[in-house]
Amino acid sequence: MINNSRLILAHFWLAFISFAIAIVLGAWQMLIRTPLHSSFGTSDWYFRSVTAHGSIMAYVFPTLVSMGFGYAISELSLKRPLAGVQAAWVGFFVLLAGSVIASLTISAGEASVLFTFYPPLIGNPLFYVGLVLIVLGSWIWVALMSINLRYWKRENPGKPVPLAMYANVASSYLWGWTALGATLELILQILPVAAGLRTTIDAGLARLFFSWTLHAIVYFWLMPAYIAYYTIVPRAIGGRLYSDTMGRVSFILFLVVAMPIGIHHLYTDPEVGAGFKFMHSTLTALVALPTLLTVFTICASVETAARLRGGKGWFGWVKALPWQNPMMLAVTFSFLLLGFGGAGGIINMSYQLDTSIHNTQWVTAHFHLIYGGAIVIMYFAIAYDLWPHLTGRELGNVALIRAQLWTWFIGIVVTTFPWHYVGLLGMPRRMAYYDYSNPTLSPQALSVVVSAVGGIVVVISALLFLAILWKGHRGRRVDPGVYRFSTPIYEPARPLVALHSYGLWLTLMIGLTAVNYGFPIIQMASQGHSVSAVYVGANR
Amino acid sequence: MNEAREEALFSLANRWFVGSVTFTAALAIVSALVGLIILPRLQSDVVDLKGLWDSICSAAGVAARPSSETPVEATFVTSTVQLNPGRFAHPSAESIARGKAIARTCAACHGGVDGTRAKFPSPNLAGQPAGAIFKQLRDYQTGARVSVVMRQYVQALSEQDALDLSAYYAQARREAEPVRLGMREPPIVAIGSPTRNVPACGSCHGSGDLKIGTPWLDGQPVVYLRAQLAAYASGRRTNDIDKQMRNIARNMSSAEIDEAARYYASRP
Ligand code: HEC
Ligand code: HEC
Ligand SMILES: [Cu+2]
Repeated sequence: MINNSRLILAHFWLAFISFAIAIVLGAWQMLIRTPLHSSFGTSDWYFRSVTAHGSIMAYVFPTLVSMGFGYAISELSLKRPLAGVQAAWVGFFVLLAGSVIASLTISAGEASVLFTFYPPLIGNPLFYVGLVLIVLGSWIWVALMSINLRYWKRENPGKPVPLAMYANVASSYLWGWTALGATLELILQILPVAAGLRTTIDAGLARLFFSWTLHAIVYFWLMPAYIAYYTIVPRAIGGRLYSDTMGRVSFILFLVVAMPIGIHHLYTDPEVGAGFKFMHSTLTALVALPTLLTVFTICASVETAARLRGGKGWFGWVKALPWQNPMMLAVTFSFLLLGFGGAGGIINMSYQLDTSIHNTQWVTAHFHLIYGGAIVIMYFAIAYDLWPHLTGRELGNVALIRAQLWTWFIGIVVTTFPWHYVGLLGMPRRMAYYDYSNPTLSPQALSVVVSAVGGIVVVISALLFLAILWKGHRGRRVDPGVYRFSTPIYEPARPLVALHSYGLWLTLMIGLTAVNYGFPIIQMASQGHSVSAVYVGANR
Repeated sequence: MNEAREEALFSLANRWFVGSVTFTAALAIVSALVGLIILPRLQSDVVDLKGLWDSICSAAGVAARPSSETPVEATFVTSTVQLNPGRFAHPSAESIARGKAIARTCAACHGGVDGTRAKFPSPNLAGQPAGAIFKQLRDYQTGARVSVVMRQYVQALSEQDALDLSAYYAQARREAEPVRLGMREPPIVAIGSPTRNVPACGSCHGSGDLKIGTPWLDGQPVVYLRAQLAAYASGRRTNDIDKQMRNIARNMSSAEIDEAARYYASRP
């Protein structure tokens, strides 16, 4: 059993409950976009809903999962009690307060600015205050992870840092640094305008700050999934991790190159120079490298599991895999979705190809495939794997868990594939209403309807997930035994300093950020091109 | 942290240190060279860049020279009003009282003072947002909006008078209208027409959101609403900033203009 199971369960439950709310909203949004539009609500409610859905899915849900998982990793991999439990609770409640404040202002229709803020649109200041609180709460976690690792290092000089903790702390540093962009945007630019101290805002600079956050936040969402690939999957399917070093190198690469590439979200922004767009797109291409390393390493690890189980031949070993094991299913689905999503991502990251899909439904479909598909399915797997250790009870019906993973996979495919397709046809995103009586749009109606059906399947699967976890609290009491992360095939005797510390990588991360963002930020800030704020929801 | 380990890492003897720094620096330098120098040079036929420095500046997002094109001048008077969201907040009681005093001279047509109502076909002003009133008054004064009737009434108004009037009307209550049968919201009002670039009217005019400088349309005389939409469409009314209303009205059919006007006029 885990000592801090209450702390971790609090994070997970808050995460999954907000996830459930957001996913129901998401499915409703899919419905309102279909030709049945008027039976499902008004545009005003659509944009409230999109703001809530995005804010929860981007800021609340993954952050809480990372935090809860991070606390578990710290305790389980370092084999020492978590330091700073009280601070961790403070972080949790700050985050909870922030989420409640933000949700209330969104529901009141005072902040329909979407999770990306889109200045010069300006909503109620409380919305932004809520989001800042969410970030502050999570930064407590960032600090705690690094403090816990430091204590452990002091007690265990010269020992190799467990891979799970190494990756976990890398993830927390990535988040700490990348959240800074949006936080600066909120505090320096948006909040003064929302509070009425200023009435103009430099929208170009605000977008630039947001792009600082917007790409690497995706990698922060991804981190728990990658940690699970390396440190849970091989063990759960009865194999060994093919290479511990490869894992460390991947996380280091994420730390260094995931951050200074956000301008690929501003390819059509006239205020950013083409040269910087090129620099960011180069690094964006590079960020595929850690993913390729990971796919290779995990496939190799899976193969070892199959061979240990007696698998033979070039491809025959695939049959020997434990296909009944939920973790096997989860990682397979996750990789398939990651493959499809990654292929689409190549289009988004290239400066020229991007123009053909910019601001279309293709983009929304893409990030739902990667995040909703490849990443969230691993969050499920993480919860299933940890649950008996958190509750001290059996999780129960494995068939039900498999059904949940299958419906999720199918639901995501059915939702996102037609969604990509209408994007290619040019259907714009961020719109509440499409006039399918128009002959140019009417052929898209069918795809949109299919996509909405997929959305409903996804909701059913999500509710099933919650039900399984809920039932897990009343299962038969068991002793789950000692929690184990996967062991590598080859364990180096003497750890390399570079792969067990962060100083060098953080320096490179900050240095590259300065090179890639420094000039554009200084240039825009010094020009000071401001536009009049457009207040939403307030009858001013 | 172990001091000895730290030292060993940031040292030229450490392969990881040397390798990763070299790799990162090389990557940054090469991508900067290609992005800031080579590519802009290759495209110089498009941009007509004179020197190396020009091409670097342009790739970095600094406009080297202002465009040589002469800006197109409008053939009519355009609105010069700058609507600043903070400007109309919290007017003083004194300002409202002054506004009311002036508004008496307007009440014969616009109503809004002590129980009077607007006389057909003049628009109601009571309850209109301050920014909307202020903008129209200034536009009549500069000639950006043309009305033979209104011209005589605005000539003597100072900027403060206009602010006072706006402050007064913004808080004045519209007198209850005789009960009218509500009309169903026509599609052009409820959802606009995205394929023709017409947004839903309510996203600016109040039922969804009220954007600054945008008047309420509810209960205005149908003749007035129809005339204004027609004027935007034909380009006779040109004082809307950034052609917000001209672009919308131009893309509406005359049937839709009529429906929208009747719908808003039918509302209390
Ligand atoms: C003789 C009748 C009459 C009087 C008196 C009059 N107006 Fe008007 N007003 C009109 C008419 C008619 C219009 C519509 C003109 C148009 O088509 O541009 C109008 C338009 C306006 C508008 C624009 C409304 C909108 O929604 O766009 C404002 C503001 C306004 N008047 C303010 C005043 C003020 C302030 C006074 C007194 C100082 C005043 N008017 C006196 C007849 C009058
Ligand atoms: C993008 C915001 C926006 C949308 C959408 C919009 N309007 Fe307007 N409308 C304005 C603004 C701003 C003005 C005032 C323009 C000016 O300064 O003259 C205005 C003025 C008008 C006027 C003149 C009112 C008066 O009293 O002078 C009418 C009539 C009108 N709009 C009708 C409509 C209708 C009908 C629709 C929907 C089909 C619509 N508008 C959609 C922003 C909008
Ligand atoms: Cu990105």
